[in-house]
Amino acid sequence: MTTLLQRKRKRVDDLAGGRSLTQEALRRLRRDPVALTGAAIVGLFVLVAVFAPLIAPYEATQSFPQLQQDLRPGSIPGPQEGFLLGSDQLGRDFFSRLVLASQQTLLVGVLATLIGLVVGMVIGTLAGAFGGWVDTLLMRVTDVLLAIPSLLLAISVAALFASPSQTSVIIAVSIVGVPIFARLLRGSMLAQRDSDHVVAATALGVRRPAVVLRHMLPNAIGPVVVQATLTLATSILDAAALSFLGLGDADPGRAEWGLMLAQAQALLEVRPALALYPAAAIIVIALGFTLLGESLREALDPKGSR
Amino acid sequence: MTTSLQKTPGGASTGEPLLSVRDLTVAFTRRGEPDSVAVDGVSFDVAPGQIVGLVGESGCGKSVTSMAITRLLPARGVRVTGSAMMDGVDLLTLPEAEMRERRGRDLSMVFQDPLSSLNPVIPVGLQVTEVLTRHRGMKKEAARAEAADLLDRVGIPDPRRRLDSYPHQLSGGMRQRALIAIALACRPRLLIADEPTTALDVTIQAQILELLKDMVRDTGAALVMITHDLGVVAGLCETVNVLYGGRIVERAQRHRLFATPRHPYTNGLLGSIPRLDSPAGEDLVAIPGSVADNLPWASACAFAPRCPRAVGVCRTTTPEAETSGGRLLRCHNPVPATAE
Repeated sequence: MTTLLQRKRKRVDDLAGGRSLTQEALRRLRRDPVALTGAAIVGLFVLVAVFAPLIAPYEATQSFPQLQQDLRPGSIPGPQEGFLLGSDQLGRDFFSRLVLASQQTLLVGVLATLIGLVVGMVIGTLAGAFGGWVDTLLMRVTDVLLAIPSLLLAISVAALFASPSQTSVIIAVSIVGVPIFARLLRGSMLAQRDSDHVVAATALGVRRPAVVLRHMLPNAIGPVVVQATLTLATSILDAAALSFLGLGDADPGRAEWGLMLAQAQALLEVRPALALYPAAAIIVIALGFTLLGESLREALDPKGSR
Repeated sequence: MTTSLQKTPGGASTGEPLLSVRDLTVAFTRRGEPDSVAVDGVSFDVAPGQIVGLVGESGCGKSVTSMAITRLLPARGVRVTGSAMMDGVDLLTLPEAEMRERRGRDLSMVFQDPLSSLNPVIPVGLQVTEVLTRHRGMKKEAARAEAADLLDRVGIPDPRRRLDSYPHQLSGGMRQRALIAIALACRPRLLIADEPTTALDVTIQAQILELLKDMVRDTGAALVMITHDLGVVAGLCETVNVLYGGRIVERAQRHRLFATPRHPYTNGLLGSIPRLDSPAGEDLVAIPGSVADNLPWASACAFAPRCPRAVGVCRTTTPEAETSGGRLLRCHNPVPATAE
């Protein structure tokens, strides 16, 4: 009996004390099965990537004579003792390569998204805060970038580099995200510019940079954070696509899902698993980030049901 | 507190106005369309320590007047003419950087909606200290102590703890108190309050008005009170300016205005207030119609279409402002002074 009363009182206290939007969003996220699924996938992926060298039994480039002796055109050794997923086309441990490749994916995805986020935020902040010709100029540039299909844009940028490398992939993929972040932030900055508290801060003589950075940006950044989660998914897909198309790191021995997929193409009839697993990994992880991002967006939407 | 009293110049005794607004006109311009004039030649003075009311219904230009004086209107699409002299400089032509120095320090504003006027993602304390560090060059700890003191003075209980509260954790009245504390943090000599009680319920309204009155008395600030509520004016303002359609139609001392309203609009406003001594069941007097979007002052009285006392000349000639005995009136056919 007392517990019920206490619980009620606790609830009243919660209401009276008020909860921040973040707390409210977290509470909603914890109850959302979609969010939990997404978080589980992402969490598992990050764990695997971080601990990949411990999980993978062998090196990515290590080849084994006992696998190589069974390698012949039209036959690649399958799962066997010591080799969980069998051999790849060069007699290396397929499982180890698959696990180690997650590091590449995480690194490229996160770095590309972060770079795109930072550059896009700078552009969006400048455009949204200052308006006028600054806004016009920056937004026309982003319009042009947005008009080009994202993969085409990434391919074009990656092709500009003399020798493809991991860096060129990261840069190419990050440029795809820039106009999206810039446009999004600019929109919510514009909405902030005329909001009461920004006018109030201006009426108190707060300096322009402080108004922009302290009063506008933190209030405008929500949608951008959500977008960043979603962009992680597309960044991973784009990076894999670039590798698949041969615009990634030139090293053919490197463990990377997109590249593994490309190399497995010719062996689809021999051993479809070589293509299946990397493809599944890419899809599942992109799905994980998308689920998380979408439910984050819903949870942060103040209009959402409580 | 003592410094604020010293800061107040002895202008009150000499009668030198602190703020002197002359022929303030604000027009919203749009390409391909005629300008829409929101404020049309408004002039008024505010003496140091004085409380002046700007009264009128929605759309009469009272908020635009305050935003024009503080230069908070967007630069594009707005044309402001006239002058607003304070300390011998025209606020309307001051460079933006200098205006930023003055805002919050010399003149400050309290807005209508206390929730949306506070930054939702920053603790209240930081929003108070921000002004203190900005204008009074205070160090972080000193500013925090001063902020707690300010919150205490506007009647916020447990101010030290409240410094770390976010706006949504405060009640409506509490938020408005915090906003007043922020606005008065640097002891400005002029405070413009734009409908500061509209978003609050009646009991809180009375508290906030009382607080405003106390605070401006303590700091020696002059207060321009913008409101549509004559009840607020009655309890607070010394001089009342009644605005209609962007022009001041009547200005008088509070008591004279309430005792003998001369302009039919003022008369109508007063008639529309419920009175305790009127017979039960009696209908309130309403002013028919609403403010027209365009301002038909050009060759007529803008109020004529709604005016019960309108005569022929009201529809053909613009009434000029006439001053007699400290009272301004813009009307062809005023209510007789003996009325009521």
